[in-house]
Amino acid sequence: MYDKGKIVAGLVIFFIILAFPFWYNLGQSSPAPELELTDKAKQAEKCVEDTALMTREHMQLLHEWRDSVARDGNRIYVSENGDEHVISLSDTCMDCHSNKADFCDRCHNYVSADPYCWDCHTFPEENN
Amino acid sequence: MENSRRNFLKIAGYSILGVGAGSMLVGITPKFTTAASEESAPPKYKERPGALTANRWGMVIDTRKINGRINKKMQQVCHKIHNVPDFVGQLGAENHEIKWIWPTKFSHAFVEQDHQFVSDRLKETKIPVLCNHCNNPPCVRACPTQATFKREKDGLVLMDFHRCIGCRFCIAACPFGSRSFNYRDPREAIEELEPNFTPRMKGVVEKCNFCAERLARGEAPACVEVSEGALIFGDLEDPSSDIRKVLAEHNAITRKAELGTYPSVFYII
Repeated sequence: MYDKGKIVAGLVIFFIILAFPFWYNLGQSSPAPELELTDKAKQAEKCVEDTALMTREHMQLLHEWRDSVARDGNRIYVSENGDEHVISLSDTCMDCHSNKADFCDRCHNYVSADPYCWDCHTFPEENN
Repeated sequence: MENSRRNFLKIAGYSILGVGAGSMLVGITPKFTTAASEESAPPKYKERPGALTANRWGMVIDTRKINGRINKKMQQVCHKIHNVPDFVGQLGAENHEIKWIWPTKFSHAFVEQDHQFVSDRLKETKIPVLCNHCNNPPCVRACPTQATFKREKDGLVLMDFHRCIGCRFCIAACPFGSRSFNYRDPREAIEELEPNFTPRMKGVVEKCNFCAERLARGEAPACVEVSEGALIFGDLEDPSSDIRKVLAEHNAITRKAELGTYPSVFYII
């Protein structure tokens, strides 16, 4: 192989640059945010589904809820254990989770998720 | 082994056979598990108890009982509860007007019925017009994202604002001018935000929704409620409903019947 030294050196430099985001941020990772529950949410102990499922799949559930109301006109959700909930972001979800900044935004900011719910929907405290 | 074209073609042929046979096996495997679980699972979504339901919602507007005061009242309450921005009144933006229900001249509402000697009442009184919730809605055919759709269970032509991309094909398709476009942020011109109905955003189309959110709570459309009996609503497919009785007794007409959109809003002239 001709110019072996130059090629290997070039490759090493290339991979170092490629891995820039990893070694640059090494050791400065911020810890995952803790969810802060309101007293009402703590008392309820359980969201409309199991907490683990809600943590993992609340976005899918919210999408299903949205389509159910906006397209089918079905406004009652029956959860796994048979409980019935009125489908409403501002009246049902935000009734318990009324601490949007500490409950929604904190995680969403951490994982750089930018849901567009609040472009139109009003968070109760923003009404006045 | 020497690589030759012959060997390559052989291997390629066997591979295709293998892939084909594999996918056939997957296809013929019975799917007992999924079928069984789908049948036994109870429905996860249902209507609110007490909701008003119909096979095809319709409305009759008795223009003999309409006057300017009722027209104004109907528009005010509709626009208030649906957070319809008042761009004309608040910002003077005539071209950006948004309207769900509004009064218009007889000669404009019924272009093809107008003539030299229409009655004085029709010349003087404006007629309330709104989305006709057509049985054959051209706006739905025009929408590329199915943001506007005809709801199967009750025939209402509704908007899913989450999906609207603002292409305005539906505005071009609607022969009744029932649709308006948010050329600017609606919140600029909403005097007092109604918390129970979500306002739209810049770049989406909006129109009358037959008060679907009120029907779901078991209430009549807001315009019907304040119309002092001039508006009657009900199920067009139920022969014993009030609206069908009214339609059987009076000769009612629809706007632009010749276009074949089959409006669900009828007018007694």
